Amino acid sequence: MTEKNLINRTVKPGADYVRRNSGILIGLLVMVIIVSLISDNFLKTSNILNVFRQISTNAFLAFGMTFVILTGGIDLSVGSVLAFSGVFTAYALANWQLPLWVVIGVALFLSVAVGIFNGAVSAITGIAPFVVTLSTQTIFQGVAKLISNGMPIRVTEQTLVQIGTGYVGPIALPIIYTIAIMFICFLLLNKTKFGRNVYAIGGNRMAAKFAGIKMIRTEVIVYAISGFLSGAAGIVLAGRLSAGSPNTGDGYELDAIAAVVLGGASFTGGVGTIGGTLLGVIVIGVLNNGLNMLNVSSFWQYVAKGIVIFLAVLADVIRKKNQEKKKIKIQLEKKG
Amino acid sequence: MAVVLLEAKGVSKSFPGVKALDKVDLVIHEGEVHGLIGENGAGKSTIIKILAGVYTPDEGSITFQGENLGAGNIENMLNRGISIIYQELCLVPYLKVYENIMLGNEPCKRGIYSAKEAKRRAAQIVEKIGIDLPLEAETGKLDIAVQQMVEIAKALSRNSKLIIMDEPTSSLTNREVEKLYKIIENLKKQNISVLFVSHKLEEIQEICDRITVFRDGQFIETRDTKGLSRDEMVYSMVGREITNYYTTTHVPTKEKILEVRNLGKKGMLRNVSFELYKGEVLGFAGLIGAGRSEMAQILFGLYTSDEGEILVNGKKRVFHNPSEAVNAGIAMVPENRKEQGIIPQMGVGYNITLSVLKQFIKYARVNKNREKSIIDKYFTSLRIKASSSEQIISNLSGGNQQKAIFGRWLATNPQILILDEPTRGIDIGAKTEIYSIIDELAKQGVAIIMISSELPEVMNTSDRIVVMKHGTVSATLNKEDFSQEKIMHNSL
Repeated sequence: MTEKNLINRTVKPGADYVRRNSGILIGLLVMVIIVSLISDNFLKTSNILNVFRQISTNAFLAFGMTFVILTGGIDLSVGSVLAFSGVFTAYALANWQLPLWVVIGVALFLSVAVGIFNGAVSAITGIAPFVVTLSTQTIFQGVAKLISNGMPIRVTEQTLVQIGTGYVGPIALPIIYTIAIMFICFLLLNKTKFGRNVYAIGGNRMAAKFAGIKMIRTEVIVYAISGFLSGAAGIVLAGRLSAGSPNTGDGYELDAIAAVVLGGASFTGGVGTIGGTLLGVIVIGVLNNGLNMLNVSSFWQYVAKGIVIFLAVLADVIRKKNQEKKKIKIQLEKKG
Repeated sequence: MAVVLLEAKGVSKSFPGVKALDKVDLVIHEGEVHGLIGENGAGKSTIIKILAGVYTPDEGSITFQGENLGAGNIENMLNRGISIIYQELCLVPYLKVYENIMLGNEPCKRGIYSAKEAKRRAAQIVEKIGIDLPLEAETGKLDIAVQQMVEIAKALSRNSKLIIMDEPTSSLTNREVEKLYKIIENLKKQNISVLFVSHKLEEIQEICDRITVFRDGQFIETRDTKGLSRDEMVYSMVGREITNYYTTTHVPTKEKILEVRNLGKKGMLRNVSFELYKGEVLGFAGLIGAGRSEMAQILFGLYTSDEGEILVNGKKRVFHNPSEAVNAGIAMVPENRKEQGIIPQMGVGYNITLSVLKQFIKYARVNKNREKSIIDKYFTSLRIKASSSEQIISNLSGGNQQKAIFGRWLATNPQILILDEPTRGIDIGAKTEIYSIIDELAKQGVAIIMISSELPEVMNTSDRIVVMKHGTVSATLNKEDFSQEKIMHNSL
């Protein structure tokens, strides 16, 4: 093999995306077909745009979670940080005479700080991220309730409401944020040294360390990204609901984790893509929307969602096992 | 006159309870291949990790190219030109080969990573050292030997002045070892130095210009390899003479205990037949990937065969899982002690009794005396060196860990004992002990399957040798026909 044909053996990115995510794509397609057969409204443009607007919150969290899970970690604090940031923003606007951008800046800063804490503590002390973020989750759930006294705080600031509810043409602003964030996350993961390092740390910690990768810095940045996106989601959601409520965000971390895993990420790290996570987010969104359209009670929706997640991951595991069986045999020898 | 590249003086390092290095010296010249030998626990790994920037020494100085090397910073060492090929492969399994080669050294233009450039550079390196690697393949799916080559290419991606190789040949076949030698020769010509750490003294003799010997964390000597005999090296390493590496006092019987007929499994094994007698040591030779471990794993119930039959004591058996195999009197000491053998954070005693818990635990009642007697029996008979049966097994030397795994399986009273590379990563002193244990077991009538990639070892311990190639048996040799040439000829 010459140098040249070693390099030129590339795959078209589009085809590669479909091949990688074939399982979840088929699942999504089946779901869309079933729901659209039963409900006429499902495939209407307005409903589709509605679905995308609804999933934007989970998309924010899941994109951040993708970084974390890629390093082999987990961030349970995303829902609490979301609630905290929304409540903080609403409270600050109502009680302190500060310009909106200062309030948003501080809310994001604090959310990033929580992420930095999560990352630094787990990277430096070696405490499992599960435990560290479980603590911050509980702490900030409490802080959000303390700030708001357990009650939602109304948002009257119209600019913030606009941020959450505005449209560009027929497209809701949160959809545009989601696309922008997805694009940035994609670039970060695939086109920067930091992104390569994230994959290496999750794939083999020792190898990453011995390759001179800055472990602590990388992990801190990863959790900071997750914190930032959680905080941002909280602000947008506060705008959309015209309120900062300490109870939104309960269980959101589980939807985010489910989306990442549905998207093909490995819980042990090193495997996963932003594109896959997007599909995971869409599957959960379509499932919620579809079950609503079919008038399934919300209690049954939980059961259905759980079953779908389980089946999807099971199918993925089986598919990967089959792939592994076709073990590649490569001859080293050819030349001297 | 040789130019000094690296000079370590009076380097010490202690860990809780052990002085791993005690004022050792190490001088490496430019463009030389320097061997570092010593038994396990001699301090080789510690000095390597210091040079890698993983550990900071407690005292002593290290200069590199005339300047103080600094310590405790992995990135700094890589930038200064010291790369390491670790014994345990340090690759990211999900990344492509070229991505692993460029790991931590990714080419970036204005902060933007360029996959194309990474591929181009990786291809250049691979070209330069004359090995053929599938750059686009997912690394984890490749053979261990190929992965080892990736590891070498990775070390070379850094423009290193000194490349440290820690047991680089432990998973390579003879042919690949030849290739590695060529790469090393090539490096020498480019005035790159190699620190070659190995247990295999034949290798040291063949490629090293000078050697340094450590023993128990202390510096013993540095000398030219030329004119140095194997026995002198051993003497220097262990501080005493070892005359008999191998003991063969057992005599195989004619009583057939195992017969394997046309055993096959798709993609792994086809048409494998052999017989095994009581008190016999049956060696299995061949290249890595020839199907020896797979054959053993089928016998032990880790995989179920598609075709053929296994007869134990003349009775046809199919094992669906290891526990059925154990019940039929089969035991296996696996190839990979760390991953398949020990429970690292538990005590030696716990590790020994793992397979025989039902001998002393009934419901919720533990018979402590019975447990202790089992542990004591194997502590004594296998001469396991540990402070107590409670000592955490991962703090023991490789040889003693392996003995504990032997103990675990002997406790099941096996009729057939499968040993897959039983002396891998074990120092010479412990190796000879393992050989005498094998001989002793055969004498007691245990039938032993001995898989080994070290030809002298498999030839000296076995009564017959089955050579495998491409998943099938290519020859069965009787003792009088043993020769390296014959085995290699049938392996390739």
